[in-house]
Amino acid sequence: MPVKPTAKTGMPHQEAQARARNFAEVNAGYPDIRAQFEAGRCLQCQDPVCETGCPVRVPIKAFIKCVADGKFQDAFELVKHAHPLPAICGRVCPQESQCEKLCHMATRFEPVAIGHLERFVADWEHSHRNGTPPSRPAPTGPRVAIVGAGPSGLTAAGELARLGYRVTIFEALHEPGGVLRYGIPEFRLPKAILDDEIGQLKALGVEVVCNVIIGKTLPLEQLMGPMAFQAIFIGTGAGLPRFLGIPGENLNGVYSANEFLTRINLMRAYEFPRAHTPLKVGKRVAVIGAGNTAMDAARSALRMGAEEVRVVYRRSEVEMSARVEEYAHAKEEGVIFQWLTNPIRVLGNEDGWVTALECQRMMLGPPDESGRARPIPTDEPLVVTPTDTVVVAIGTRPNRLLTKGGCLKTASWGGLIVDDASGETSQSGVFAGGDAVTGAATVILAAGAGRRAAAAIHAKLSAAQDGRTSVNA
Amino acid sequence: MPPFHDTPHTCTGFRILSKERLTPVTNRFVLEAPWVARAAQPGQFVVVRVVEGGERIPVTIADFDAQAGTVTIVVQEVGRTSRLLCALQKGGAVLDVVGPLGEPFRALKGKVVIGIGGGFGAAALYPIVRGLHQAGVMTEAILGARTKEFLILERELRGVCREVLSCTDDGSYGFKGLVTECLTTRLPQLGAREELEVVAVGPMPMMRAVAAVTAKQGIPAQVSLDPIMVDGTGMCGGCRVTVGGEVKFACVDGPMFDAHQVDFAELVRRNKMYKAEEAALNAG
Repeated sequence: MPVKPTAKTGMPHQEAQARARNFAEVNAGYPDIRAQFEAGRCLQCQDPVCETGCPVRVPIKAFIKCVADGKFQDAFELVKHAHPLPAICGRVCPQESQCEKLCHMATRFEPVAIGHLERFVADWEHSHRNGTPPSRPAPTGPRVAIVGAGPSGLTAAGELARLGYRVTIFEALHEPGGVLRYGIPEFRLPKAILDDEIGQLKALGVEVVCNVIIGKTLPLEQLMGPMAFQAIFIGTGAGLPRFLGIPGENLNGVYSANEFLTRINLMRAYEFPRAHTPLKVGKRVAVIGAGNTAMDAARSALRMGAEEVRVVYRRSEVEMSARVEEYAHAKEEGVIFQWLTNPIRVLGNEDGWVTALECQRMMLGPPDESGRARPIPTDEPLVVTPTDTVVVAIGTRPNRLLTKGGCLKTASWGGLIVDDASGETSQSGVFAGGDAVTGAATVILAAGAGRRAAAAIHAKLSAAQDGRTSVNA
Repeated sequence: MPPFHDTPHTCTGFRILSKERLTPVTNRFVLEAPWVARAAQPGQFVVVRVVEGGERIPVTIADFDAQAGTVTIVVQEVGRTSRLLCALQKGGAVLDVVGPLGEPFRALKGKVVIGIGGGFGAAALYPIVRGLHQAGVMTEAILGARTKEFLILERELRGVCREVLSCTDDGSYGFKGLVTECLTTRLPQLGAREELEVVAVGPMPMMRAVAAVTAKQGIPAQVSLDPIMVDGTGMCGGCRVTVGGEVKFACVDGPMFDAHQVDFAELVRRNKMYKAEEAALNAG
């Protein structure tokens, strides 16, 4: 066997010092030669276990072989066939806990950089596209409504449009993309990439209607009844922020991560006053939580001009849910991590602005229901750290605007209850997937759910069509 | 009625069918927004955005007509976005209008409802009072403004109230003084307290004062809160208000709340969050 390099081929990137002050993308992507070199590290295992770690079963072994052979277009087709958002997932998937975790190289060395290669083939195709719109059957099929233009909805829309359905996406915000638009920052996922994916969908004939909140602007029943949609897919995500419920949380200068990031990403507060939405970022920022959203908020705070940004987390580095790359990038950029630290009070001045965060030191106990070590308060004295801005990034739950008072069955925490295999809700013809069903998860899981639901919708509607045909005949 | 399969909602804007100047700084717009018009109920609001790169601001629905497919908003020039909005003309379009948002107004059990509108709050009050009037509830209104020039919708409210009392700070029209003073003088003429109910829409100090007066008199009161918000759908949590010791999101739990339970001090403070930025913009 030829000797393989033990380490991943480096991803060209902006230097930490410089990038911590701008919103341009951190990673620059592999040039062709580096991609081929990295693809050459793949062992082409007889049993590609990496693929079992992928929620949408991308044919990793085959596409990497194509990259190694310089057949980039073929590689792209293979990935795109498995899921429609490779440029996005190549950038934001937690590969280290999925495909790359299972890579045989990883048992002794670094795994093959599967994510970087996925991103490479998507970007390569984008820059080599010849301008002809994607092929599609005549859009004469039944009409399908998609509620929410986030990862699951966009995926379901693309799949259904390719099958000839007439697809309309309803989006509550003024621009489509969902969490890809308002949540994930430009430096991690440039909006141009998202715009391109949505442009591709429109070229497939998908209609995107913004400023419509199903459940408010139009009731769900209206879609099935008077508007004659024959199936509905709900991909409304988990957009409702959780707060800590500690004293001082309503002081000026305390934001939910959702608000903090929406002001930056969707409303472009970093261009204020040219863009009109302001955001107050003080010199000392504390971000509470240690998931990807917390990393995004912390790194965005630096880019908004904060001098000191701390991530405050009640558990330790081991339990943190952020992607390895985001954590590494945040550390390189100067974000400070305070482990085993639990905020118990936000302190403010007489004008009602945040001045400090009071925290309790924690220690780890036996695992809790999440399977992670439970944080337990210690007897150590409370610590008060001067702070100007607090961002609460401890998770989100599904929005109830659509389900409140409606006929769709939900779990007690607000998630929609669906059939595991098809994604169909308690109402026939209404399907759902993504965070609205699972609670906050990943882009790729949402895309996978959108894809499964699209297949189930297709199966159901073609059966109905066949049924009608046979009756008529 | 426009058929549902037409999609009048597009990302290219919502046509302005008419514009009317109500005061030197207040305009009434009738917008083409059939879906919003059909779903709207008194007390709800829309979120609008005027230009690319513009801010999203909440605006209370001042009227709606499901048949005509129109939604009316009344906008006062207070910040950058409302100024941009007021600069739009008939035939133009508002870039984004989304709604109706929030929970509709729900009357309590009062046999007589006194609607109090401060400044351009009268616009938001109108559909609420009209709804009550149509439901057979006895309605009255008290309108307040700085001067006669800034009093709006008195004529419209007269059509749906048995009595409309107007007050101005300078006495240039009607009662000279605050709406709360007017309310206090009116109350003895209204009989049993337990049959009364108040709903107030207007500037924060006015709603706060109404809350204080009605609490003292033991009259139930609701107010329509207007905190800073971004999306209006519960996503950002910027509009959180403390009501009865509980944190609520004004956009999805409100905007109407029990006036006696609202922590006005916190709300006033939170609404000043971007004062410096607004001042800089207004100066520039």
